[in-house]
Amino acid sequence: MDIFLQQIINGLVLGSIYALVALGYTMVYGILGLINFAHGEVVMIGALTALTVVKLLAGSGLPGPVIALVGLMAAVPVCMAIGYTIEKVAYRPLRKAPRLAPLITAIGVSIVLQNLAMMVWGRSYHAFPAILPAEAHEVLGATFTDLQVIIVLVAAGMMAGLLLLINRTRLGRAMRATAENPAMAQLMGVNVNHIISLTFVIGSALAAVAGLMVSANYSIAHYYMGFILGLKAFTAAVLGGIGNLAGAMLGGILLGLIESLGAGYIGDITGGFLGSHYQDVFAFFVLILVLVFRPSGLVGEKVAERA
Amino acid sequence: MRFTRIPGTTLALAAAIALIGCGNKEEPAPAPAPVPAAPVAKPEITVKIGHAAPLTGPQAHIGKDNEYGATLAVEELNAKGLEIGGAKVKFELISDDDQADPKQGTTVAQKFVDAKVNGVIGHLNSGTTIPASQIYSDNGIPQISGSATAIKYTKQGFATAFRVMSNDEQQGKALAEFAAKTLAAKSVAVIDDRTAYGQGLADEFKKAAEAAGLKLVANEYTNDKATDFKAILTKIKSKKPDLIFYGGMDPQGGPMVKQLKELGIKAKFLTGDGGCTPNFITLAGAAAEGQYCSLPGVPLEKMPGGAAFKEKFTGKFKTEIQLYAPYVYDATMTLVDAMKRANSVEPAKYLPEIGKTAYQGVTAKISFDANGDLKDGAISFYEFKGGKIEYVETLGGVPEAPAEAKPTADAAPAAAPAAAPAVAPAAAPAAAATGAIPAPAAEKK
Amino acid sequence: MNWNTLKHDRRTLWAGYAAIGIVLAVLPFLVGAGLGNAWLRILNFAMLYIMLALGLNIVVGFAGLLDLGYIAFYAVGAYLYALLASPHFGLHWPVWAILPLGAVVAGGAGALLGAPTLRLRGDYLAIVTLGFGEIIRIFMNNLNAPINITNGPQGISSIDPFHIGNVTLAKPLVVAGITVPSLHAYYYLFLGLALVIIFVTIRLEDSRIGRAWVAIREDEIAAKACGINVRNIKLLAFAMGATFGGVAGGLFASFQGFVSPESFGLMESVMVLCMVVLGGMGHIPGVILGGILLTILPEAFRHAAVPLQQAVFGKVVVDPESLRMLLFGLALIVVMLYRPAGLWPSATRKRELQGGSK
Repeated sequence: MDIFLQQIINGLVLGSIYALVALGYTMVYGILGLINFAHGEVVMIGALTALTVVKLLAGSGLPGPVIALVGLMAAVPVCMAIGYTIEKVAYRPLRKAPRLAPLITAIGVSIVLQNLAMMVWGRSYHAFPAILPAEAHEVLGATFTDLQVIIVLVAAGMMAGLLLLINRTRLGRAMRATAENPAMAQLMGVNVNHIISLTFVIGSALAAVAGLMVSANYSIAHYYMGFILGLKAFTAAVLGGIGNLAGAMLGGILLGLIESLGAGYIGDITGGFLGSHYQDVFAFFVLILVLVFRPSGLVGEKVAERA
Repeated sequence: MRFTRIPGTTLALAAAIALIGCGNKEEPAPAPAPVPAAPVAKPEITVKIGHAAPLTGPQAHIGKDNEYGATLAVEELNAKGLEIGGAKVKFELISDDDQADPKQGTTVAQKFVDAKVNGVIGHLNSGTTIPASQIYSDNGIPQISGSATAIKYTKQGFATAFRVMSNDEQQGKALAEFAAKTLAAKSVAVIDDRTAYGQGLADEFKKAAEAAGLKLVANEYTNDKATDFKAILTKIKSKKPDLIFYGGMDPQGGPMVKQLKELGIKAKFLTGDGGCTPNFITLAGAAAEGQYCSLPGVPLEKMPGGAAFKEKFTGKFKTEIQLYAPYVYDATMTLVDAMKRANSVEPAKYLPEIGKTAYQGVTAKISFDANGDLKDGAISFYEFKGGKIEYVETLGGVPEAPAEAKPTADAAPAAAPAAAPAVAPAAAPAAAATGAIPAPAAEKK
Repeated sequence: MNWNTLKHDRRTLWAGYAAIGIVLAVLPFLVGAGLGNAWLRILNFAMLYIMLALGLNIVVGFAGLLDLGYIAFYAVGAYLYALLASPHFGLHWPVWAILPLGAVVAGGAGALLGAPTLRLRGDYLAIVTLGFGEIIRIFMNNLNAPINITNGPQGISSIDPFHIGNVTLAKPLVVAGITVPSLHAYYYLFLGLALVIIFVTIRLEDSRIGRAWVAIREDEIAAKACGINVRNIKLLAFAMGATFGGVAGGLFASFQGFVSPESFGLMESVMVLCMVVLGGMGHIPGVILGGILLTILPEAFRHAAVPLQQAVFGKVVVDPESLRMLLFGLALIVVMLYRPAGLWPSATRKRELQGGSK
């Protein structure tokens, strides 16, 4: 039983991390209908920027949480600037182009960001200094750390904040109008370009938070980390229903749980024939199954669009 | 659409016609034979040595480390002003990026052949080394890898393929012996990262461990890009093993032991060369304390020239040794040593000499068996202690001084069935910025 | 250039094709002698990628189904060849049996994987195909236990070279007194098969099926209303595309002599998709151009990174290998910004775009 509880905790934490990244994906998608494939790389830049600042301050005697916060303060503007630039340079000129064109520029942006990061931060894996309390608490035989609790709370809090922003503010209304019909929104006095830029900037700020959380939790950062994280988050966003904020959260947590429980029990279920190396197969299988029966994700709206 | 159609169709026809027609006319240039430029008469000749490793992508830091090892060797050789076959020799290192991709590995190999290199050091990963070895073999160019561990590499029957690194079987056996005897483990859980290196090593370890009477209680898997291992570790926790063995590299190994501690698992942790890096300690933090790892060969400090090598390396490149640089350095020196003995830089002439090598390198006393595998499969073990990697013991081979090689894991064991190539060993990305060579503080325990 | 007048002048036309044919025929010798055999090898890979890009073009370009797992069929073809013609199982089937079998098996896999995705559109389809691609790769990476089928991450080596009877392409061929080196022989083989695939694609494009694909791409509901069996036609697109992938995979295995799962990762799928989109989706000459360019560009940057820096800064500022992929990424962005419909889009598509933006 304690093992099962532990696996649930593992899945929740992992899922919250996916959700943090997926929120950024889904936000951009909700407004623009565009998969920002470079989002994972923005997370990576956020992680490495925060890590650099934290490393500088690690010996200063400031309390750990303060240092982490300063690191975040540094990473957020950097990521915002990058998000803004990506949109302006790689996506905006292609808004009327065929749908797959921005996909290619997104891949180009990913490659460029990765290689730039490699030049700036080198080829090495960086360790995140142990500034946050890492000792584990034990409940009913299952363990967790403070940071893990924070991650789950931050993910939930950010989703709630975004929902409020989108549903309860003027800016949110403008965003929804832009998502619905950009031309009409423009006529109603919404500065569409401005709104889209802002969406990217907010999404990138989320990426910075996610980057810090991921690198602090696993105490590792590397210029290549964005790719796999972005892929998982994208999967999570689609699972929930891409474009839907609650869906991203749900999809993320669900994917985390599926992976955890899959790795933990797939061997027992199949009598040892399939082991934890089929964890991703299991995750994709569930995804495919969900999409076959609910083609727009768990809570996504029905969409009619084509590739 | 119409205009696409005509060109295409006709293109095919025309090409077919042209093919036939040209068959008679064309004077096909014969494939370039590997004729090394070795004008013995001249006072100075340039000897090109190819070096291939992933210099971009997730394993770039290890690839660059390899390149540094080769660069250092070449610079030292040039400073010595060697004379081979009566001519003054200038060595030139041609280093290229294979991105750890088998396809690009063969492209780079072909590029080396075109450039008429006199020998090749590399590649880093077994997955690139194996397909490339075919090309080197076809063109008679000697190849020495300092990091490819897949058993298959030297088992393809190529006279040109050598390595100065223990293969998976040699290391797997020693690891199991260490686990059973020194660590006195009774039960073991094995994790591998599903790369050719991790899986190859873990499989050999499993075989040898079960033969040594250890009980295999869990067999879990991760991948070489993973950061979260809680799920598999939780499962292992429920099986309560004495020891956890991990086949993979330090970017996973380091965080893995950290998560091990977070879950309150008491079992000891043992890993192979991929995790035997200072970076492992950096990534694992305090959790590294008391865990074990192995490295082929003998600690640098115990080898003649080892400490000097380390000093030169850090002095020149302003970074610590990551992992395989000393082996690559040895590989380069071994290649040139054979040239010296053959008194020729021509591959065809010095190739037979490589097999007869008895060279005192910084990692081991190097000699090869019939397959081109390293004779004397000495494997050294280390413990992570107080943020350092401390030497524990050496199993197999001849540990210290250049005594006569009396190999335990001698000749590549005919037994090795499976294995094939793959990504390799070194493949993994590993280490980090900070590494120092696993510097065994030589206190014997 | 006015293709219409050219078309009417049959003699000029034939002369043009003959010229192209001669260029293609002597190309390996020119490249081999002028640039080195490494470039010939790259050229051979370019042929394989043309086949792949054309196969994916059927799915993405013609039928408008975004497929991110296409490389799985390449993997199926490659592994089938590797298993049936290597010491791994001790089987050494003849090529003429394996390649068609590879095409059929890959085609079957294409239809099989296409079936559950019929209801999905756009990005949902993309993620499911991506999932299928990964699932196939993961199985290949793990099927070494309990029964060793694929040899796992170690891959399969010592695969038989392309051979028919006693004639093998691994050694220089002597044809009518002329020696054709191995790489050149592979070039002709790949060129021949690429031409066959180009021919088939062109014929398909203008056939009933091709028009049905385009109809589905443009408006699925309208297509259905016109009496097109949408399900079968979609499955056919997946199967046809996969078939080409399977053939290319078999050729890859025979050429490389070694297959391992890492050759069939997600990035490989993405690169093939880039070829299709960058070249000009749905337009065969454009897709061919995309395949050639994206194979050659990274290699060209390998050689250009150092001289380029010397020209711009007067010295080498960044290691060439860091710059190589950076330049490649920039090239992708710049090309799409200036040619959003691809480098060589079809005439209709260009018209639509221009009409749309005005």
